[in-house]
Amino acid sequence: MEDGIHRSLGLTDDELDSIIAILGREPNHLELAMYAVMWSEHCSYKSSRVHLKRLPTEAPWVLVGPGENAGVVDVGDGIAAAIRIESHNHPSAIEPYQGAATGVGGILRDIFTMGARPIALMDPLRFGPLDDPRSRWIAEGVVSGVSGYGNSVGVPNVGGETVFDETYKGNPLVNVLCLGLLPTERLVLGQATGVGNLAVLLGSTTGRDGIGGVSVLASAGFSDEETDSAKRPSVQVGDPFEEKRLIEACLELLDAGLVVGIQDLGGAGLTCATSETASRGGMGMDVDVTQVPRREEGMEPFEVMTSESQERMLAIVEPEGLDRVLEICRRWEIRASVIGKVTPGPATGDADGGRLRILDGWDGEVLADIPAASLHEDAPLYQRPCVAPPAFDEGGRVLVTDQPVPQSDDPGAELLELLADTRWVWSQYDHQLFLNTVEGPGGDAAVLRLKHPATNADTGRGLALTTDGNHRWCAVDPRAGTALTVAESVLNLACVGARPLAVVNCLNFGNPEHPEVMWQLSEAVDGMAEACRAFDIPVIGGNVSLYNESLGADIDPTPVIGMLGVVDRLERRPPGVGLVDGGRLLLVGVTQPEVSGSRWARNRGHRGGHLPVLDHEIHLAVAGVVRQLVAGGLVAGAHDVATGGLGLALAEMAVRSGLGVSVARVADAAELFSESPSRVVLCVEPDLLTTVENVCQHAGAPVSRIGVAGGDRITVKGLLDVALADAAAAWADRIPAALGSGTAQD
Amino acid sequence: MSRRVGVVLFPGSNCEQDVLEGVSLVEGQPEVLWHGDATVKGVDCVVVPGGFAHGDYLRPGAIARFSPVMSAVAEFAAGGGPVIGICNGFQVLTEAGLLPGALQKNRGLKFLCTTVPVRVEATDTPLTRSADKGAVLRIPVNHFEGNYTCDDDTLARLNAEERVVLRYVENPNGSIDDIAGICNEARNVVGLMPHPERAASELLGSSDGLPLLRSLVA
Amino acid sequence: MIFSVHVEVRLRPGIADPQGSTIERALPSLGFDGVTGVRVGKSIRFTVEGADEASARAEVEDMCRRFLTNPVIEDAVVELTAAEAAGASS
Repeated sequence: MEDGIHRSLGLTDDELDSIIAILGREPNHLELAMYAVMWSEHCSYKSSRVHLKRLPTEAPWVLVGPGENAGVVDVGDGIAAAIRIESHNHPSAIEPYQGAATGVGGILRDIFTMGARPIALMDPLRFGPLDDPRSRWIAEGVVSGVSGYGNSVGVPNVGGETVFDETYKGNPLVNVLCLGLLPTERLVLGQATGVGNLAVLLGSTTGRDGIGGVSVLASAGFSDEETDSAKRPSVQVGDPFEEKRLIEACLELLDAGLVVGIQDLGGAGLTCATSETASRGGMGMDVDVTQVPRREEGMEPFEVMTSESQERMLAIVEPEGLDRVLEICRRWEIRASVIGKVTPGPATGDADGGRLRILDGWDGEVLADIPAASLHEDAPLYQRPCVAPPAFDEGGRVLVTDQPVPQSDDPGAELLELLADTRWVWSQYDHQLFLNTVEGPGGDAAVLRLKHPATNADTGRGLALTTDGNHRWCAVDPRAGTALTVAESVLNLACVGARPLAVVNCLNFGNPEHPEVMWQLSEAVDGMAEACRAFDIPVIGGNVSLYNESLGADIDPTPVIGMLGVVDRLERRPPGVGLVDGGRLLLVGVTQPEVSGSRWARNRGHRGGHLPVLDHEIHLAVAGVVRQLVAGGLVAGAHDVATGGLGLALAEMAVRSGLGVSVARVADAAELFSESPSRVVLCVEPDLLTTVENVCQHAGAPVSRIGVAGGDRITVKGLLDVALADAAAAWADRIPAALGSGTAQD
Repeated sequence: MSRRVGVVLFPGSNCEQDVLEGVSLVEGQPEVLWHGDATVKGVDCVVVPGGFAHGDYLRPGAIARFSPVMSAVAEFAAGGGPVIGICNGFQVLTEAGLLPGALQKNRGLKFLCTTVPVRVEATDTPLTRSADKGAVLRIPVNHFEGNYTCDDDTLARLNAEERVVLRYVENPNGSIDDIAGICNEARNVVGLMPHPERAASELLGSSDGLPLLRSLVA
Repeated sequence: MIFSVHVEVRLRPGIADPQGSTIERALPSLGFDGVTGVRVGKSIRFTVEGADEASARAEVEDMCRRFLTNPVIEDAVVELTAAEAAGASS
């Protein structure tokens, strides 16, 4: 073997030694390529796995926890919900449209791999600042890509987030979440069993697109534009029409009981799908690489085995069912080729079995011969150094900054700066398909009718979904910031009347070789674990995206929480983020006048301090009472207080409903813009005011009267008085005006 | 005996389940018409639903119109059978020559999913016979190519013959003369960009589409 | 004989071209002045067999009329050149 070739594939010298120990000999090029893609950060989670073990993952309703293609929970009435979140950050930085589009395609395959029909997408998106032409180019391309693929494949996109911030300049975060439903008894796992069963490759042809995509694209930072251009050829192109037919064909195969196991081809392509199905089933597999339909001539076996060409699935079928499988695929115009055979392994008592062999023709030369499980189970596990940055003490608690608390010059103008309607983004997404969307994008959380996936029978219940992330909080204190993010998700669900069932997370961090980045990751995991334990919500899946950096600077730590909830009786639309004329405004919860970590403080250049404190008991009381009030139809409007504080919450309610507010009893700008947790603004009809107050008091949730809705001004006594029309214009125009001012690739 | 409504399913269609659900809701009897079968199976009414038939590759509707089922649909229409094209279905019907004009990219060059007010302009069609003339309905639109266009002569005829069935009250896509839906000369073939099946429940935001769905089974 | 074909599909004169107008409006802001008349079209390439150029051209034009263009809004310009031999079409 040529000296150092493993290094150019991203393997360290120690990792090569491990491979030699596993094989008892030097690997050939094909084998080396297979280990390189499977042991990459993207596929093996080698830097993060030691930390992820600390998350709580169990609850009676969890059917499948982390480690499978998607997490699955039992949502009652014989229905299971599969959910997953993923990132496509690096591909989207290079080719925004295709990066985002293939991100959508990939997450859909993770869901229907579990036997679930995808019913909803959500996309938390983070871009560089709006005044940067390249960031605008990325934002436009990403949104078009999500729209172009998701609308065509026919899965509604019901919400998400859109954040613009300096920290994401050159490294956008393109996360995507997918929810699917399946009859509980149809749950399938991606495993191969039964010696002699066949591995059938379904879908698109295999080309050179995405060769090395995993190790090159997903695991390397971007330094300059020259490198960007050089990396462009390996970007994959999505085909939503192929994916749509693939979904229908696979679900029909599952309905007909024709597959033993099924697995999507994502990162590491065929190498991952063949070895994962084999090792999960405790079996081996022979793969005839010549049977793989190719898009290009002259492809080498290592290219075929590592290609990340999109819209492909691997189904394990019994030989006697093959004809019916091929017939269903023909009907949906889906290519299907037998490329592998299941061979004995540990599960059949064959300790020497469990080999993944790559063959040049069924009776031809053995091109690779490796223990299938070694690609996963023997992947390196790194306990990388974790060191708190100097601004934090040894206990991991943030040191008090010596920066003075910012002063407010003009609270009215500062409030207008915070307003931004994301309609420009979500009006490009079909958010209504399947007739489930009760509350779509733009609210605190999406609400979907829960219909049985097989019978279409309405259960009278609903599912709710939210995604939340806050890099400002996590930059100040990754542990407390992540816990606050989980808390925000709980409140978002409460505002639509839902109780939480499960969390999935997407951990977007910088370079894991930087000890402070690993410290941030470790702290964030602990913060998520603490909050999820306190609120009794299992974490059923996650994705880790590292090396998010541009020009050597790590992004602010950005754990994104996706939370699934259930509405036990969906009898009416949730009140939504709105007001009614003459409605009384109540604040549930108590404001801590701490502005550290807030968007307002960051806008004033303040980046340190202590985050407001999260009291789990009060939080549960507030969430519980809001859920009860919303479900009971006792409130006319509800909005959780988060980014931008009470000021932004009130202003958003005002501009959405076209009604002003008149508010008193806010002491100062700190109280107006503090992002302290566990608070919800309610708008209540006057005749229900005392009832609502009584319900709150009974539940132990602090509540105070803060004002009244109506008129055409937003006033906070002693602090600000702005015209509703000015606020509405600032809100509506910010994003379209900025994106309408042109984009540039450089 | 409830009316049988056939819903055409092309590869890439995605609103067929929603139309089936909408038809059931108004007590019609829905069934799927597979694109590869050259028959409408004796149904009373045909709906070509929304979606991205054949991926909308080349042009929306350009490939779908050659499907075997479309010759049966054309024959059914020629015999006076009611045929409704919703969104992508409207695009398919114009490509197939069953309706005049074409649907271009939206004025804003963006896909647009929102709810718009549309006015019922004619009630002597199979889509609108249970609706009130002049009624303004709030119905979702969901398309990239919904910007109706035709030559001046065609437009003059559409207006003179009262073949504009639905008009946008607020034009979302640049459509000529605010056209949201039209019918053929015989008034039995109707195409529209808004999705009535998405406006069939107050829980989902609007039930204004119900009069249109009821027309299909009346 | 094998012919290489290039079909340029373009919007008919007078049909609004919002993509073209958008590009035209964006160019000055990037410092490209004096550009007018931007029209966006589609380019389709393939090879076709025919007895001679005239029959191949007739077939391609029929293809354009019935499938590759929507004559309500689009025109096609066909370029046809004899390929050297079968298989030289890459």
